[in-house]
Amino acid sequence: MKCAAFDYHRPADTAEMLARLAEHGPEARVLAGGQSLVPAMNFRLLRPAVLLDANALPGLDRVQADGDRLRIGALVRHAAFHLPVADGPLGRLLARTVPYIAHYPIRQRGTFGGSLAHADPAAEWCLIAVLLDAEVEMHSQRGVRSVPADGFFRASFTTDAAPDELLTEVRLPLLGNDWHVGFYEFARRAGDYALAMAGAALQIGRDGRITAARLALGSVAGRPLRLTTLEAGLRGELPGPDLLREVAAGAGALVEVSDDIHASAAYRRDLCGVVLERALRQALQSLPQDAAA
Amino acid sequence: MTVIGKPLPRIEDPPLLTGQGRFLADLQVPGMLHMRVVRAPVALGRLGEIDTVDAAAMPGVVAVWTAADIATLPPVDFRMTRIAGLEAYRQPLLARDFVRYVGEPVALVFADGAHAAEDAAEAVFCDIDEMAPRLDPADGPGAFPTTDEPLSGEPATVTKAYGDLDAAFAGAHAVIEVEARVGRHSGVPLETRGALAVPGEGETLVLHGAAKVPHYNRDAIARMLGRDPATIQLSEGHVGGGFGIRGELYPEDVLVCAAALRLGRPVKWVEDRREHLMAANHARDQRYRLRAAVDGDGFLRGLEAEFITDQGAYIRTHGGTVTDLSAAMLPGPYLIPAYRATGHIRLTNKTPAGTYRAPGRFESTFARERLMDAIARRLGHDPLAVRRRNLIPAASMPHDRGIDALGTPLVYDSGDYADLLDRAEAHFDLGGLRAEAAARRAAGEAVGVGVALFVEKSGLGPRDVVHLRVLDDGTVEAVTGVASIGQGVETVLAQIAAEELDLPITGIRVVHGQTARIGYGMGAFASRVTVMAGTAMQIAARTLRDRALAVAAEMLQSPPEALCLGGGTVIRPDSGATVSLAQIAAHAGDGLFSEGVFDADHMNYPYGVHIARVRVDRATCGVTVERYAVAYDVGRAVNPMLVEGQIVGAAAQGIGGALMEEFVYSPDGQPLAASLADYLMPSAAEMPAVEVLIREDAPSPQNPLGVKGAGEGGLTAAGAAIAAAIDDALARPGLVRALPVSPDRLHRWLQADRSRGDVPMRRCAPKTI
Repeated sequence: MKCAAFDYHRPADTAEMLARLAEHGPEARVLAGGQSLVPAMNFRLLRPAVLLDANALPGLDRVQADGDRLRIGALVRHAAFHLPVADGPLGRLLARTVPYIAHYPIRQRGTFGGSLAHADPAAEWCLIAVLLDAEVEMHSQRGVRSVPADGFFRASFTTDAAPDELLTEVRLPLLGNDWHVGFYEFARRAGDYALAMAGAALQIGRDGRITAARLALGSVAGRPLRLTTLEAGLRGELPGPDLLREVAAGAGALVEVSDDIHASAAYRRDLCGVVLERALRQALQSLPQDAAA
Repeated sequence: MTVIGKPLPRIEDPPLLTGQGRFLADLQVPGMLHMRVVRAPVALGRLGEIDTVDAAAMPGVVAVWTAADIATLPPVDFRMTRIAGLEAYRQPLLARDFVRYVGEPVALVFADGAHAAEDAAEAVFCDIDEMAPRLDPADGPGAFPTTDEPLSGEPATVTKAYGDLDAAFAGAHAVIEVEARVGRHSGVPLETRGALAVPGEGETLVLHGAAKVPHYNRDAIARMLGRDPATIQLSEGHVGGGFGIRGELYPEDVLVCAAALRLGRPVKWVEDRREHLMAANHARDQRYRLRAAVDGDGFLRGLEAEFITDQGAYIRTHGGTVTDLSAAMLPGPYLIPAYRATGHIRLTNKTPAGTYRAPGRFESTFARERLMDAIARRLGHDPLAVRRRNLIPAASMPHDRGIDALGTPLVYDSGDYADLLDRAEAHFDLGGLRAEAAARRAAGEAVGVGVALFVEKSGLGPRDVVHLRVLDDGTVEAVTGVASIGQGVETVLAQIAAEELDLPITGIRVVHGQTARIGYGMGAFASRVTVMAGTAMQIAARTLRDRALAVAAEMLQSPPEALCLGGGTVIRPDSGATVSLAQIAAHAGDGLFSEGVFDADHMNYPYGVHIARVRVDRATCGVTVERYAVAYDVGRAVNPMLVEGQIVGAAAQGIGGALMEEFVYSPDGQPLAASLADYLMPSAAEMPAVEVLIREDAPSPQNPLGVKGAGEGGLTAAGAAIAAAIDDALARPGLVRALPVSPDRLHRWLQADRSRGDVPMRRCAPKTI
């Protein structure tokens, strides 16, 4: 379990990084926190000829609100989200999600941007990005572009990023206080890859009815999945335990689930409904008691 | 002075806690080569040409070997439980003609660095004509392909029987059958295996990385390499866990020795984790069918057992050990007037299996205790009441089963099983636990309590030896041939010596695992060290004390019986004159020396009770162990803190085997749990605080200390207790028939039950019992 040989560069600024990426392209890998990349290299599942260390790049380690968006620099470590990084539902959702990411030491090193770029189907941040229609910003010598999360994740460990592109920033909507958010996942042990996970965000109007809903499942297929059919079914409804249970129960049937040694397809399909219902229930917990029907 | 029985801190800990540990991977020797093993990528196939040309030409590569390069070296032989007919199934050092499991060594690369060796290993190409592997031993005996006619895939069966079984079944009030299966899992020490062979002057060789059985392995390596054992020395450093699998003689150990001698350079091999999970011994993986004849009172009249051990691809050093122990220990603490067990050793194309902590007992206890629960259910009795009724009474001790285990007569030496069950019930408030679980079930939770009983075995002979010597500074050095795999050997042996010599344990230095220091040693396995080496230590220490007093008598001009030994000095009370042990040793001329030898032809049998409370999440099918308790009678606890540590650690492994750990294979024989991301061991987050009740009510009459081994009992009944607790939580008696109870497996069982319409749907109000 010794990695294959590689060249190592630690560019001092983004321009140098982009030049290196343009030069080495598919032969290169960008090193951020290294919590997935380095083990994969040691298993020789990945053998980049060139490793480009992003950790010296300036300006990528900040989280800041900008209008109605939260801008998360690619090098922000997972652990930064344990305390809410923003007031309101978004900060709460990120804080509720982060404890599920692996283990504490890993959260000190692993990065938000690295997680998205790696595109592990079981990654919590990828689910959040899809749930909230994140914009993913990428730089190359050819220019800058932003891609919605839905288009960014193509398949398991596969993204829309070209070999010469560097993921620099992820932008999430700063949800208003009428949004109610929840996250739940089931894993066999603390810190394991989830067998299924769900995120839920419900916007509740003054009349107590759902005005908008966002639902997503992760760790059940090659990429996080939005459940738009179920979302549509929630709009205009009064949220309550029975409704949530009914909606969630339909989740498994909508998804082409994967199977592995820890979860057969039949089991995982059932789990889809379980984690979604629990994420929804958590979302409703922040509603004033009399508002929940 | 009473040192025995005190929870003294471990004398071996300071280097381990201050980063001074010297594990195998820490060792560096000038000129050292690194060995990388090229392993079979397929589960079964005819091995054709192995192309090593490219690999041999790579930078830093010194040699590349295949079976042709070591054609004269024999396969690894059996250390234990040799059964006629098994020889043809031994593992060659490197695959020849066939590969029989994914991970089997087929070639070796020796290079200047570990990276270079791994690079070159990738360039070795094996031409393998794939064949359909055999993965399910329940298919039948199967075949073991050879270049000649295939051999049977069932090289041996083990049968143990006593009493009139036919009569028992003929007169039975009811016949109750259960099937029970334990998954394939094993010990996973924090430190993987490793070996460093260093050639010395005049064709001598030192092998570092020894563990468990250094003396046996020295002799076995010498035999295989055709050398005088005196030219080979095995040396044990710090060892990061053993659990039965580490320290057995594996092909890699012999290969580094052969390479160091032939290449004339030190050769180091350190196993990586992926290799470890497919190369070191697997274990467990048995399936049982039990039939019990019971009378109307729930008294077991007869028990018939048939089981299969999935041995994997070869038979390694343990021979038939696991199957033998399973058949011998299955009856456990119950009377059972008539018994017959037939165990089938069957080969499959998986990593070969050996012993793992509580071998044959974790599995057979699971099967037997599932049976006891089934009997209780069928007859409408309380599960504990049925067990109590069948326990061997204290008055029947010693209890001769009339069969043997590991070649020794199976005679339970001492025990009061009912008393321990009573004590466990009271100490852990079992009634309260059950009532609380029932109340929570009534409120909608799925919470249950399970109890299981077991008998362990320990103290396997035939002999151990301790040499004591007083050094110049007055330190007493104890040299023994047992080994330390991290379990606290130094502290326990020092406590026994300190008791006799009236010294602080820090005044005693224990040397172990060094074949150069003592000619004989049996090593550390089968919970034998405290029993065997501990007793030898007591004998040696008494001899040393008598010798010290005799010499001091001369020096102080007093009869020895008038002198007192304490704190490293002998004092003449009437005059106050003293001489130190160091002075006595100097005066004695040839030093102060003693030898203790202890022989035993019987094992002894500790016993205990496990209690588990679990919570099942009906929706996710996840199981949480909320409480775990172990009551264990170890005869006498030399250091109760270390006994407790043994029990807690073993319980963690038991919980792992019950709920998580499993070597899963794909239909074509690829191991799918070959990293610690897929082979799941419990972490601190999954472990409850294990509650321990250590009892010393039944000291062993077979050694003067009264000790029995404490290393395994924390594991033995874990599968059984957790299975019963899950049944109870879900109000589904008999639901758990296989381990580990993964969420996926539990989901499948519940779905099957639902489709039969005999279990309440999730949303219905839960039933209570």
